[in-house]
Amino acid sequence: MVPTSYYILLSAILFTLGVAGVLIRRNAIIVFMSVELMLNSANLAFVAFARAFQTGNAVSAAAMSGQIFVFFVMTVAAAEVAVGLALIVAIFKSKHSIDVDQVHQLKG
Amino acid sequence: MHESSTFSLSSLVPLIVVFPLLGVILNMLVGKRLGDPWAGIIASLMSGLAFVIAVLQLVGLFLEKFHATTVTIAEWIVIGTLKIPWAFQVDTLSVTMMLLVTGVGTLIHVYAIGYMKGDERFHRFFVYLNLFIVMMLFLVSGNNYLMLFLGWEGVGLCSYLLIGFWFDKGAGGVGNARAGRKAFVVNRIGDFGFVLALFLIFWTSGSLIFNDTFKYFEEKAKEHAAAVTAPAPAAAAGAKPAEGHGESEGPTTEQIATAITLLLLVGAAGKSAQIPLFVWLPDAMAGPTPVSALIHAATMVTAGIYMIVRSNVIFHLAPTSQMVVALIGASTAFLAGTIAVGQFDIKRVLAYSTISQLGFMIAAAGMGAYVAAMFHLLTHAFFKALLFLSSGSVIHGVEHGHHALHAHGGGHDHHEAPAPDAHGGHQAAHASAASPDHAAESYDPQDMRNMGGLRKHMNVTFWVYLIGAIALAGMFPFAGFWSKDEILADAWLIGSKQPYGVAVYVLLSVAAFFTAFYMGRQVFMVFFGGARTDAAKHAHESSWVMLTPLVILAVLSVIGGGLNLPKFIPGGEALGTWIEHSVEVHAVDFNLTVALISTGVGLFAIFLSYLVYGRSPMMTMTDPLERLGFLFRFLNGKWYVDELYNAIILRPVEGFATFAAYALDWDLWHDFFHDVIIAGGFRWFSGFLAGFVDKGIVDGFFDGLGGFVRETALNFREFQTGYVRNYALMVLIGVVAVLGYFLFVR
Amino acid sequence: MTLDLIIFLVLATIAVLAALAMLLSDNAIYSALFLIVNFAVVSVFYLMLNAPFIAMVQVTVYAGAIMVLFLFVIMLLGADKLRQPQTDIPWQQPLAILLGLVLLGVAAFAIVSRGSVSAPSPLSDQMISAFGSPFELGKLLFTTYLFPFEVTSFLLLVAMIGAIVLTKEEKAKLLPRRPTKS
Repeated sequence: MVPTSYYILLSAILFTLGVAGVLIRRNAIIVFMSVELMLNSANLAFVAFARAFQTGNAVSAAAMSGQIFVFFVMTVAAAEVAVGLALIVAIFKSKHSIDVDQVHQLKG
Repeated sequence: MHESSTFSLSSLVPLIVVFPLLGVILNMLVGKRLGDPWAGIIASLMSGLAFVIAVLQLVGLFLEKFHATTVTIAEWIVIGTLKIPWAFQVDTLSVTMMLLVTGVGTLIHVYAIGYMKGDERFHRFFVYLNLFIVMMLFLVSGNNYLMLFLGWEGVGLCSYLLIGFWFDKGAGGVGNARAGRKAFVVNRIGDFGFVLALFLIFWTSGSLIFNDTFKYFEEKAKEHAAAVTAPAPAAAAGAKPAEGHGESEGPTTEQIATAITLLLLVGAAGKSAQIPLFVWLPDAMAGPTPVSALIHAATMVTAGIYMIVRSNVIFHLAPTSQMVVALIGASTAFLAGTIAVGQFDIKRVLAYSTISQLGFMIAAAGMGAYVAAMFHLLTHAFFKALLFLSSGSVIHGVEHGHHALHAHGGGHDHHEAPAPDAHGGHQAAHASAASPDHAAESYDPQDMRNMGGLRKHMNVTFWVYLIGAIALAGMFPFAGFWSKDEILADAWLIGSKQPYGVAVYVLLSVAAFFTAFYMGRQVFMVFFGGARTDAAKHAHESSWVMLTPLVILAVLSVIGGGLNLPKFIPGGEALGTWIEHSVEVHAVDFNLTVALISTGVGLFAIFLSYLVYGRSPMMTMTDPLERLGFLFRFLNGKWYVDELYNAIILRPVEGFATFAAYALDWDLWHDFFHDVIIAGGFRWFSGFLAGFVDKGIVDGFFDGLGGFVRETALNFREFQTGYVRNYALMVLIGVVAVLGYFLFVR
Repeated sequence: MTLDLIIFLVLATIAVLAALAMLLSDNAIYSALFLIVNFAVVSVFYLMLNAPFIAMVQVTVYAGAIMVLFLFVIMLLGADKLRQPQTDIPWQQPLAILLGLVLLGVAAFAIVSRGSVSAPSPLSDQMISAFGSPFELGKLLFTTYLFPFEVTSFLLLVAMIGAIVLTKEEKAKLLPRRPTKS
């Protein structure tokens, strides 16, 4: 059996990659995808912990709550992507570019 | 001396100043409306009432057996130990002066009604005259030195006001005013000495009231005499401190008395025109003739003598001062007598004559012959006032003659004589319009050279003038003979005891010689011979208003000697015994030798003047004496005393004043100190405050603060780059920090 | 070294590499495809973790719907190739990598030092089919988590409306312009 901490470590690595992607890439779509990666890694951690909490013969509600949470996260991620991409399209219409570095009018 | 408790005539004495004071107020308020002559009549009436009160005082003293009385009205000054009341002293000495002042004063008031007729400031003249009477009465009737000084200053003020009465006339339009100022300033110098004497009197005796002061000095004299005669028993007396009252320590009584009396002499020299302060009196002739008569002959100038006689107790303690006083008086008599010989102005001759006669009186007072001094004071008042008023009549007459000549409307308001005593203002009284023809001619009605032969035109004036002149010359049996002789007899007596008396006698005798000579000269020049000018030819007599007082005074000049005839004549020494009730004095016996010598000298002088002026009367403007050349010019130039004073006193003072005003005050103080140091320094300081402190430090601080904030803000602004990725990075940094904290620190 | 572990390691490597490739790829379409690979691998992990429903949902929703949406937008915007000239903030990249490594290090340290190295207890037979089944999921979802479930539906409605509103053209731009007199 695979120890839970391996799954958590994997989740951490994927999360870090997602963070790096958000910070480094300038293409707005790529940035968004990095955000999805981050969310995904969080899901993985949830499921791993859900499995880890399942001990005994009865289905523990606490354990299942982890998977319920993943369910909600996915829903929210989907909604978020829809709105986010609509935003990017709207920005592209006025700026004709999806480079996030072009949107720096609020500089101080 | 006692306070009056029941009703006595002496309690009326305050009225003596109330009446003239009433006259002053009345004339000040309604005098202008009353006008000529009612303002003058009221003033004369008030003066006459004062005379009545004085007579009542005389009667009262007879009733009181000549005991002196003090009538206190109110407290004046009460400071610590100094108590000075408003109090009148009614004793024989003060009553004598009161009678003289009010009597002669009233006569002169009446005369002035006629003399000042038509003057545009008629009522003001009488305001001043009455004010003078008030002040003079304070002077003579006060019971303390401060009241005397009040009157002293008051008559000085009135003298100034009256000398400059025609203030817009005179040499250069200011001559009369200048004369008034000169009188005031020279008097002030004398007053300075007087005030110092007052301080000393108060300092030593603790009071300014006559009786208290004299009592103190008499006691000191007794102590001194006792200590001198009996030095040994001082040790035996035991309880008394051996040194006594400042015998070995501090000044002696004699030294103090000498100081006081010498300072009093300075004051008397100012007021009574002695050396060296006599220069104001000739200039004072710029005033109207009644003023000259009243103030500068009969009353004010005698205040100095009165003051010395009153202070006789102190003078007795200072024999040195007595010598100084006598010598000053005698020298002045001599000096003035010689100057009078060389004068051409009729009033100037009389002015110098007054100075000379005052010298006689001062000399007498110095020698301790107080009766002689008072006697001469009285007789001199009679005939000098007479002479002045008569000269006024003469001047009037000649002026009328001058106007009669230039009948078409001409009045002269332009008579400016070279000497600054121009009578010019008087012409304004007659002036209606200035006549252009007279612009070229400067006619001086007071110059004796413009007169001559007036006895034919002005008979009464001539006779009264003659009487006055003979009385002044000291001819038997007129008043002047008796009084002047008594002084000479006193000098002879002193001369037999002390050497200075000889000098006094000689000087006074020579002065008497000159007196007779210049009076003869004057009478011959004015009344005898032929008229030298047309004006004199047409002169006419004055009105009865002016002549009546002249006649009265003439009578007094004749019989005035009866006041103090020698002892051997029944009724003699009346004045002497009268004065002796108030003053410690012994009248001297009649000295036949002295009388004969003085009569001989006088007759010789008159004869001499006849030789020069009477036998071949002057027909030209040249005085026969001018043949003496420089000597005559020296006398005419008044021994150049004024010029001397001008050079050694006035010029340096003016120079210093100019220096102080321009160099010290303006240049140094204003320009340099104020502008440069104070203003400049202030400007520098405010500039420093504004620039360095305000702009530099305060502004700099706040600007720096603002700048610092701005710089900081500018730097912090860099955080807001506008790049989303940067913001995300910031979040990551925060996350890492918090995570690390929670995992490792806690 | 059991089979599970080997499979896990292999799949983990694939997942990490796919993620890296997604990051580093210049072409956006390639990035999207690599991400799909990543999602698929994660789905397998779910299966290994006894969460069959979640695995299927992952494939359906994430890889199937979300990523397809991404691809649509990429192609719509022509964003596959992005001009990548000089950047205004050159210091961003090194710093980001550094911080990312720090974050990883911190997390790894925390996990390794405190995490359990033991595997989870094996499931009993009836548990294998019960745990993670739709039945169990649904039972929990419609009882304890009913409220969040309804709110989520509301959330999806809002997202739909939002997407439509954001991309709607201005009415003024749609209407034909009135010809101006010239």
